[in-house]
Amino acid sequence: MVTEKDVEHIADLADIGIEEGGLAPFTQQFNAILGYFDILDQVPAGDIPAHAEVNVMREDTVAPSLSHDDVVRNAPASENGFIKAPRVMQ
Amino acid sequence: MTGTLTFEPDDPINAFLTTCRKAEYNNGPLSGIPVAVKDNISTKGIETTCASKILKGYVPPYDAHVVSLLRAAGAAVAGKTNMDEFGMGTTTENSAFGPTLNPRDTGRVPGGSSGGSAAAVASGMVKMALGTDTGGSIRCPAAFCGIVGLKPTYGRVSRYGLIAYANSLEQIGPMAQSVTDITKLFSVIAGHDPRDSTSCDRPFSHAPSADIKGLKIGIPDEYFGKGVDPAVAGIVRKAIAKLEELGATTVPCTLPSMQYALAAYYVTCTSEASSNLARFDGVRYGPAADAKKSWHDAYRDVRRQGFGPEVRRRIMLGTFALSSGYYGKYYAKAQVARANVRADFLRVLSDVDVIAGPTMPTIAFKLGEKSDPLSMYLSDILTVPANLAGIPAISVPCGISEGMPVGLQIMGRHFEDERVIDVAYAYEQAVKA
Amino acid sequence: MSADQVIVGLEVHCQLDTKSKLFCGCSTDYRSDGPNTHVCEVCLGLPGSMPVLNKKAIEYAMRVAKALNCEVLTESEFSRKNYFYPDLDKAYQITQYDKPLAEKGILEIDGDDGEKKIRITRIHVEEDPGRLVHMGNAERGRYSLVDYNRAGIPLIEIVTEPDMRSPKEARKFLNKLRATLEYLGVFDSEKEGSLRVDANISIVGSERVEVKNITSYKGVEKALTFEVTRQKNLIRRGQKVERETRHFLEARGITQSARSKEQEHDYRYFPEPDLRPLRVKSWVADVVLPELPDARRERFISQYGCSANHARTLTGELRLANFFESVVAPDPAGLSVPAATWVADTLIGELNYRSMSIDTLEPPAFTGLLRLLMAGTITDKSAIEVLRIMLDQHLKGETAETPDAIVARLHLAKTSGDDGALRAAIKEALAENPKAVADYRAGKAGACNFILGQVMKKTRGRADPAELNRLLTEELQKGA
Repeated sequence: MVTEKDVEHIADLADIGIEEGGLAPFTQQFNAILGYFDILDQVPAGDIPAHAEVNVMREDTVAPSLSHDDVVRNAPASENGFIKAPRVMQ
Repeated sequence: MTGTLTFEPDDPINAFLTTCRKAEYNNGPLSGIPVAVKDNISTKGIETTCASKILKGYVPPYDAHVVSLLRAAGAAVAGKTNMDEFGMGTTTENSAFGPTLNPRDTGRVPGGSSGGSAAAVASGMVKMALGTDTGGSIRCPAAFCGIVGLKPTYGRVSRYGLIAYANSLEQIGPMAQSVTDITKLFSVIAGHDPRDSTSCDRPFSHAPSADIKGLKIGIPDEYFGKGVDPAVAGIVRKAIAKLEELGATTVPCTLPSMQYALAAYYVTCTSEASSNLARFDGVRYGPAADAKKSWHDAYRDVRRQGFGPEVRRRIMLGTFALSSGYYGKYYAKAQVARANVRADFLRVLSDVDVIAGPTMPTIAFKLGEKSDPLSMYLSDILTVPANLAGIPAISVPCGISEGMPVGLQIMGRHFEDERVIDVAYAYEQAVKA
Repeated sequence: MSADQVIVGLEVHCQLDTKSKLFCGCSTDYRSDGPNTHVCEVCLGLPGSMPVLNKKAIEYAMRVAKALNCEVLTESEFSRKNYFYPDLDKAYQITQYDKPLAEKGILEIDGDDGEKKIRITRIHVEEDPGRLVHMGNAERGRYSLVDYNRAGIPLIEIVTEPDMRSPKEARKFLNKLRATLEYLGVFDSEKEGSLRVDANISIVGSERVEVKNITSYKGVEKALTFEVTRQKNLIRRGQKVERETRHFLEARGITQSARSKEQEHDYRYFPEPDLRPLRVKSWVADVVLPELPDARRERFISQYGCSANHARTLTGELRLANFFESVVAPDPAGLSVPAATWVADTLIGELNYRSMSIDTLEPPAFTGLLRLLMAGTITDKSAIEVLRIMLDQHLKGETAETPDAIVARLHLAKTSGDDGALRAAIKEALAENPKAVADYRAGKAGACNFILGQVMKKTRGRADPAELNRLLTEELQKGA
């Protein structure tokens, strides 16, 4: 069971907002789903078998990059070739 | 033969988010054939949104590998189809741009998340479409719309360019009216891609065979148990009986791991999704972050405004499942459960050649019918095991219930997509006759 | 441990010198190009892109693991470290978490109290994020600018146990590590920003403080020295040292508390589903290590007769060691001894003063200079003058003259053999300084040196001291 406060903490951790008035119904649905997940507690402990494929690698060769235009084209804001972002608190 | 296709269909069912009105095509096995592409598959120069506001206006500067293959095969990319936002849903009602309607009954959902692709094919707008299947998202809409849909063996089709929802579960796959068309499209897209480290070197070039004499088909109790509509179960049993007429034998079996398959699926996919979707911050693409705000505030706003409620719910679930203190209880446990499901299916598939059952527990819901998230998740119970195990699974139409299509699901061993396709083909040809 | 013992552990991030990035084919040679010009959909983190591991990066990391005597894990894997920052374009960094490449190694250093083994906890490979520049001000509004050229550059992270006992030992560890990585051919320390250090420091009995954002070798010693003082002051005043993360502000030489959200991070690590595990333990056997710093130091002592100190200095940097060997190669027997002194004691100082790298001078040019010295053609002082002229020419971007050309142009060749000019200068000096001459005759010892100095001034240091002494004494005695 998680409380509304727990849900707020998770939303904070995920940096995702919950709209006004949405906290209570969201918490209810969340708990219903988590309750369903409880069945995993009954899974007998076991090892996960090793993966068949290993060591998937490529050679150290240079390939063309995207053009500068392609890189910044979808960016809402750019300046002198840099991409603009909201300020990070120092 | 090269040329330009004019593609301007009437689309009252909202199957397409973008149509390529003048679509170029080249020589090749699919020359001149319009193929619809689900809107979570990157198409260079064509807006790709995953049916989400957070990607509105995003135009990829590169093609997904499968799109390059389509173009090289001469196909014309007809347009981008509607879907549940980021693949999260079973009805295409979670699209930020309105749901797609089921062509068979426009008061019902087409299934999801590849609802747009399924509806486009079922309504005849296109002959073939690409969908993606993370927990049933090709097979469910194929069943609900009455067409054929294949989820290939994991790794058989490159995921490079597929906007990730759950990397360890999803595959791009073909959707069409006939098994033959499925194989045409599959043979173009299957094969190794060095840019996808999880892709395997297993190209596909198989002409379907209707000969299934001596085939052993496993019939799991869990696929016909409570939660499955009796009418749907009955129709599927009749279809299986048809297969027996064609020379196959059925063997009852049980898959006890099914009891935690759905939980394992939802913990895994939401965990991976919570990480995959964190990159949408309005800085490099998508609707702009508010530069007047500080980073975290701006980021939070972009996500609250850009993601629909189901996407936000799954991100939260996944964040929780991976968080410190809960990782062992949820994510780690889910991986063990998943390994058990895989082992369970392999055990059964060492006694039988394929497993058969209904694709979905019911016929297509009415629009707006399923509003409770958990009850929506529960309808994936028959499809998620194939994703967890990585095995191939196909849905082929096998009858009508209450006026709506019912799908027969065939699952097989890893890399035996050919055999799974053959069974579907055998059934399809038998009922045509 | 004594009551105020300093305890230091380091996390060192070095860029591996591969041609392409860790997970894509973009070129790593971005420093002289504009922002966002070495970027593809993979390192930009565009939706749908997928990583493919660069084999060279793993090969390089294996060399480091072997050189540091680490145990390579049978199976290692990549994980996602999830956090949200504009320079981290996927909102996760692909790194290694619970199954790193290697662990439990050793690096020997020259500690405060003699040779010391610093334990290496683990080594792993990860990708570099992009680069953030902070812009604006309170009036215009603050914002950040991002350049993703650096995103995806391969990093090797080397984590030590808290085995160092002073800021000095930390610097020595770093120098030794840097040299080792250079010798292995996997790291270029001249590349700006190629090394970053996070340090953990505590005074025994008190809380541990993490200092981040140290980007230079000198910076490490400075940052830690500041911390030692800060922490000891707190303890002395009876205050508690807070367990926290602090940032090093290089320009001001101080550390500052990082009050941001980043402090209590839950990174939600899980295995990277787009990459496959690594089973590379068997690769260790095939790794052939080149000569490493310690071995080269021993060889410089035995082969070139270098002193222990000179050998340590000369082998402390790969380029320097290579320079030395190139310089003495034409005549090791004759050149080794002067080269050792002149490179270690003089050249390095002159280069540092001008912030120039050892690559500035061509070894043959330096060899030429040494030969002039050895032949007695110029004095030590003249040699320094020639060296400075050559370096300054490089600094100004002018065509560098050869030592012979400079000597000829400035008439620096010693005046021995032709002592006319020298005698003239001596006679002048004696004439100009009658008091000194008188003092000399009176037996005052310093007087001769004074006159010597005056002659040196006249000849601008070009006179050979021994020669000058001989002639001066002659002249003085003539007059007696």
